[in-house]
Amino acid sequence: MSETGIGAALRRKEDARFLTGTGTFTDDISRPGQLYAHIVRSPYAHAKITAIDTTEAAAAPGVAAVLTGKDMAADGVNPLPCGWQIHSRDGSPMAEPGHPALAVDTVRHVGDRVAVVVAETRHQAREAGALVEVTYEALPAAASITAALADGAPLVHEDVPGNLCFDWEIGDAAAVDEAFAEAAHVVELDLVNQRLIPNAIEPRAAIGEYDAASDMTTLYTTSQNPHLIRLLLGAFVMGLPEHKLRVVAPDVGGGFGSKIFHYPEEVIVTWAARRLGRPVKWTATRSESFQSDAHGRDHVTHGELALAEDGTFLGLRVSTKANLGAYLSTFGSAVPTYLYGTLFAGCYKTPAIYGNVKAVFTHTVPVDAYRGAGRPEAAFMLERLVDLAARKLSMSPVVIRRRNFIEAFPYATPVALEYDAGDYHATLDMALQLADYDGFEARREEARGRGKLRGIGLSTFVEACGIAPSAVAGALGARAGLYESGQIRVHPTGSVTVYTGTHSHGQGHETTFAQLVSEHLGVDVDAVDVVHGDSAKSSFGMGTYGSRSLAVGGNAIYMAMQKVIEKGRKIAAHLMEASPDDVEFERGVFRVAGTDKEKTLGEVALTAYVPHDYPEDLEPGLDETAFYDPKNFTFPAGAHVVEVEVDPETGTVELVNVSCADDVGTVVNPMIVDGQMHGGLAQGIGQALLERAVYDDSGQLVTGSYMNYTMPRAADLPSFTLGTHVTECTHNPLGVKGVGEVGSIGVPPAVINAVVDALAHLGVTHVEMPATPEKVWRTIRDAQA
Amino acid sequence: MQTFDYHRPASLAGALEALRGAEDGKILAGGQSLLPIMKLDLVGPSALVSLKGIAELRGIDREGDTLRIGAMTTHAEVAESDVVRDAIPGLAAMAHGIGDAQVRNVGTLGGAIAHADPAADYPAALVALEATVVTDRRHIAADDFFRGFFTTALEDDEIITEVTFPVPDKAAYAKFPNPASRYAIVGVMVAARRGGVRVAVTGAGRGVFRVEAMEHALSDEFAAGTLDGIAMAPDDLVSDMDASGEYRAHLLGVMARRAVEACG
Repeated sequence: MSETGIGAALRRKEDARFLTGTGTFTDDISRPGQLYAHIVRSPYAHAKITAIDTTEAAAAPGVAAVLTGKDMAADGVNPLPCGWQIHSRDGSPMAEPGHPALAVDTVRHVGDRVAVVVAETRHQAREAGALVEVTYEALPAAASITAALADGAPLVHEDVPGNLCFDWEIGDAAAVDEAFAEAAHVVELDLVNQRLIPNAIEPRAAIGEYDAASDMTTLYTTSQNPHLIRLLLGAFVMGLPEHKLRVVAPDVGGGFGSKIFHYPEEVIVTWAARRLGRPVKWTATRSESFQSDAHGRDHVTHGELALAEDGTFLGLRVSTKANLGAYLSTFGSAVPTYLYGTLFAGCYKTPAIYGNVKAVFTHTVPVDAYRGAGRPEAAFMLERLVDLAARKLSMSPVVIRRRNFIEAFPYATPVALEYDAGDYHATLDMALQLADYDGFEARREEARGRGKLRGIGLSTFVEACGIAPSAVAGALGARAGLYESGQIRVHPTGSVTVYTGTHSHGQGHETTFAQLVSEHLGVDVDAVDVVHGDSAKSSFGMGTYGSRSLAVGGNAIYMAMQKVIEKGRKIAAHLMEASPDDVEFERGVFRVAGTDKEKTLGEVALTAYVPHDYPEDLEPGLDETAFYDPKNFTFPAGAHVVEVEVDPETGTVELVNVSCADDVGTVVNPMIVDGQMHGGLAQGIGQALLERAVYDDSGQLVTGSYMNYTMPRAADLPSFTLGTHVTECTHNPLGVKGVGEVGSIGVPPAVINAVVDALAHLGVTHVEMPATPEKVWRTIRDAQA
Repeated sequence: MQTFDYHRPASLAGALEALRGAEDGKILAGGQSLLPIMKLDLVGPSALVSLKGIAELRGIDREGDTLRIGAMTTHAEVAESDVVRDAIPGLAAMAHGIGDAQVRNVGTLGGAIAHADPAADYPAALVALEATVVTDRRHIAADDFFRGFFTTALEDDEIITEVTFPVPDKAAYAKFPNPASRYAIVGVMVAARRGGVRVAVTGAGRGVFRVEAMEHALSDEFAAGTLDGIAMAPDDLVSDMDASGEYRAHLLGVMARRAVEACG
């Protein structure tokens, strides 16, 4: 390992600019002649637009235009597409109603876009927005899964009967029926995986710009994947060829999935800018973020686990209803299916599994991927069932898990995945040790003396990261490839620029990727710059989500470096009058094996760009690109142990200890891995104890601000105890797996298992998330009644 | 937020003049409630009259058994004041639990009580401690000052200058905060003095209120146990997504006991 290579806990290169306030975020950018957009949004969950009178708004000071959905449709702008087509179990394709960027005649959720006011200043646009007179005919709304599936429910889309988008299945129903018939024990559980609002610290923003001289359209946007936005906006929505459309996602302040998707506002500013011939900027207020960023989770599930007498899992049956919101967001259909059902095996060798998912439209904000995306829902369902089974069979939650762990790899699950590597006993051993699991009963006793109910809970889980390969994803309905590009440009004096199609919005890629280059090309990290977030700079890419950046993008960079080394070897061999086969490369130096003849990468690079003495058949330059399409997903896994104390008087749950042992594959920067764990754990704990999006029956978002949407804060969290145990991914050259989502997947069931453990002596078997004080207090009171 | 005029007078007289001269003027103290609702366009005053430049509205001092706190004194100043900690430690502790550090550094005593948010902490303290609100024109007993849901006895152009607190024998505040906003779901201030005990509650009703049954019990014997069995009627209390009336009724008892215990 070099001092700045793989395994070094380097401070992040990008932090200097973030900590000194010198980053460039979308709202920091202002283009010459820029106008400001204010979006008029629906106050109703469901209504017909009977008239829009823009006269007064159009006459207001500074207003350049007031545009509506009819104007947009007249200009031939298409609805937003969905990126993943699901087929129902009867073989029919999912219902795919249109998602116009500006509503034409019907609004379908509070916050749906009705008109846009474009003015000289942000303030003028907003003031004129209040003058747009929209006449609505309010209609009854279906604001929950239950309401949308009820007989006679209001239809979200008139051409989607029963509000059912698709009815999907995975696994072998007959085999599961047999397993249940033979089972000694069955446990079952109804549970809710509640709706969450992502709340990135930077609200979404977008600037559209059109340059008539070059016929070039540019969109600056707070996106996790600018190339995909270019593809969707250009090819599907606006009909702009890719060489005339540039999408820039500069510094982005957090995404957690919510900035993956192609949003209506991106279309609105781009279209308005082309129409008006001036740049148009829009920046969300926090209230708009609550009402228009895609939400996460929102499942209602019934799970059943069949077991043999000794606790061996025989079969699992899962039935889920998933809320899609009012429209299909970009990956909204993939989350409750191929990112959820495929994880039902978890880390257990359950031989028979069957899952059914009914996806439902409701009059709420669209639901899509949020940190973990389907996998937290799967882990929560499974790990609650496993704990329930352990209690029913009077087994230790540790023993029942160990009895069922997958131990031999590769392992093909009954739900379409093949795990390549892992050691679930090792991570569990480590987590139990970090948590001093054996000493728990003494701590429980001590807490009882203080009037507190102490509980311990664990979860052991697998996740799947870096969705791939493209051909398999395509066969399952993905409408995009899932490879990544990496380009290594070695400059004449040996410094390096890396171009990646992934996107960093907090993950620290500028450091991690520089460390890869430091390790494999022997270049100091300070001589490496990482460029991302601009479709005009990186060749192509699929952005960052699903913990894919290192697992897919990092390996593309690695492959491009191999090409650089191969070419450099030929140049070095020429300079040293040796055969390329005899030239070795190590830590930045080409050397003729067994001699003291050597040339540095810098010398070779200079030769490549000043090719006076140069191999005859070789092109000048040292600049290589690779596209990497993985052979499989990667499968990070881990064990999380949580200890809580419940105040029985108020129902307050205090987190006392959180101990995690994770196998995320090769660790490039342990400090960044810890940081990712901390963030994921905070969000997972937020789901378990604090966060919930609430709509009332009329479809109003009750939790529309921080007054009642509870984000986790530092004071809500204990200091985390973290460890890693590495098994390398077997099918990518770096052996990496991914870490971004681990915390939000693994910890929620551990928290709830701990709360249930604290209350188990009262006969409590389940507590829904979030385990708020009132809910816990009621559970205790009802159990004592 | 709509456009407005901004005044920053250096004297109370100047503030009153600016306020009377405005079509729809609002007093700006710390702005921790007013500015957020202006940003949401829930209110749109034509003018804001900031009291920040008026030195006489700030400061804390004690004369004999009376603690005096200027209306523009921030929550952080109250929380950190040695004078307050010495005179009424429970009041300093209460101020330390308001909102978060940013709010405490800017929000003021006068602003908080003039706004009279039914879940704010100060109203419970003023009522339990039998405080007097002093304005540019009169003295108002806390009992008469708070008139329910976001309502006070203040005239439109009346400015609070200070609040005086007779120092009690002991007092403490116990709050069960809303996990999101940190406002009180239930906050209970208990104060004991020779004349009797007061128990004032915020967060649970449409405004601050006293619990006479608890006051009687504690006047007889000042111990947490004497509150056992005093049940609140849930139907009289606020019920919302964060806490039902039933839960608030239960918490009220728990917080009252904890406040009594914290009195030492």
